[in-house]
Amino acid sequence: MEHLRPVSSGDPSPDGPPGADTGLTPDLADLLRRSGRADEAAFAELYDATSRRVYGMALRVVRDPAQAEEVTQEAFLEIWRTAGRFDAGKGSPYSWILTITHRKAVDRVRSAEASTRRDTTYHQSDQPSDHDTTAEAVHASLEAHRVRGALKTLTEVQQEAISLAYFGGYTHTEVATMLDLPVGTAKTRIRDGLIRLRDALGVGA
Amino acid sequence: MTTPNDVHALSGAYAVDALDDIERAGFERHLAECADCRAEVASLREAAGLLAEDAATDPPPALRARVLADITKVRPLPPEVVTVHPAASPSRRGRGARFLAAAAAVVVLGGGATVAWQQPWQDGTTQQSAAQSVLSADDARSTSLDFPGGAKATVTHSDSLGEAVIVTEKMPPPPDGKVYQLWLDQPGKGMVSAGTMPAKPDQTVLLTGDAASATGAGITVEPEGGSTAPTSEPIALFDFGDQA
Repeated sequence: MEHLRPVSSGDPSPDGPPGADTGLTPDLADLLRRSGRADEAAFAELYDATSRRVYGMALRVVRDPAQAEEVTQEAFLEIWRTAGRFDAGKGSPYSWILTITHRKAVDRVRSAEASTRRDTTYHQSDQPSDHDTTAEAVHASLEAHRVRGALKTLTEVQQEAISLAYFGGYTHTEVATMLDLPVGTAKTRIRDGLIRLRDALGVGA
Repeated sequence: MTTPNDVHALSGAYAVDALDDIERAGFERHLAECADCRAEVASLREAAGLLAEDAATDPPPALRARVLADITKVRPLPPEVVTVHPAASPSRRGRGARFLAAAAAVVVLGGGATVAWQQPWQDGTTQQSAAQSVLSADDARSTSLDFPGGAKATVTHSDSLGEAVIVTEKMPPPPDGKVYQLWLDQPGKGMVSAGTMPAKPDQTVLLTGDAASATGAGITVEPEGGSTAPTSEPIALFDFGDQA
């Protein structure tokens, strides 16, 4: 579980946007549609409803706050540009937004890696203390609670593999090496784990 | 490269962006043809996205103003409209378009197959309707290139749509172990991959990437799976020629 806990975050904003604490803000699809028509006010609402997750995920992957800001900026610009192409028949607004964000974040860490090896602060041994000291309970939402419960249905290796891939930005080949798995096995762990998570959460049927 | 038997097993790693560039290009080709994998990837992305619940963090307040200032300078792309009219001839719209051919490389062409590329998350219908939108756009501009042996490639781009389409006829298959790869020439970035092209019957296919900012398009022959940057001289270059 601890591998999927976030590192510490800043103080919660007292006037945090409504809807930011639920995973399924109902009008996101409408905000995207209006954004696609260049409705800047709708996009501002969309930003308020989703920026905690977008920035939080970017920060989790790239780790450097300045770079996380840049990734967030890039992601929202792409979301604005392509909002009119969001297709509710192919997935939820959140999934669409976070897919764009995650890809930007992973591109960022991999391109940084190409010149200098990333300052890898991920150590499995660090995680338990993160787990203990992180006051993320402040932000714990019902949805997050549900996700944590679902994660418990995964094997330890599945959790670790997904965490390294999703939040670490590592390729499945790198994950295999990091977890001492035979080459080609990590991708299976990732897939099996995600399927189990999906089924436990009842999403994306 | 993965074998056809285990390509489905990459869906999870693809959903969390855990494939390297070559694997991703290969899997996206598979996705274009496998509805099961598209559905699975979509569902796994839903699940993965929920992992971000626990990572949510307040961004710096100043970021909001920067993002909202950014968007005032960028025009949202239009939706992909489904159209039903028959295929337009892209060449009739071409005027003033130019191209360059690296003749030395053209000799690799000489058989009888064609090329196709589909974006992930798009089924063929969406892909084709998007392509038709580009071909029938008011500002569509085409550049055609004839190869020895009767093959022909036409790139049509629309700045207003920000998309480009390549129409190929009688394109021979690439050499063994190689693929054709499409590129968009982006100012300041150089050639940016617009997708690899598996051998297919004659088709009309959409390039990935922003064609509005591109100054041209190119085709190279790359090792199977594609490359992140061109590793060979282009067999064809299409100059959009109308950029500021």
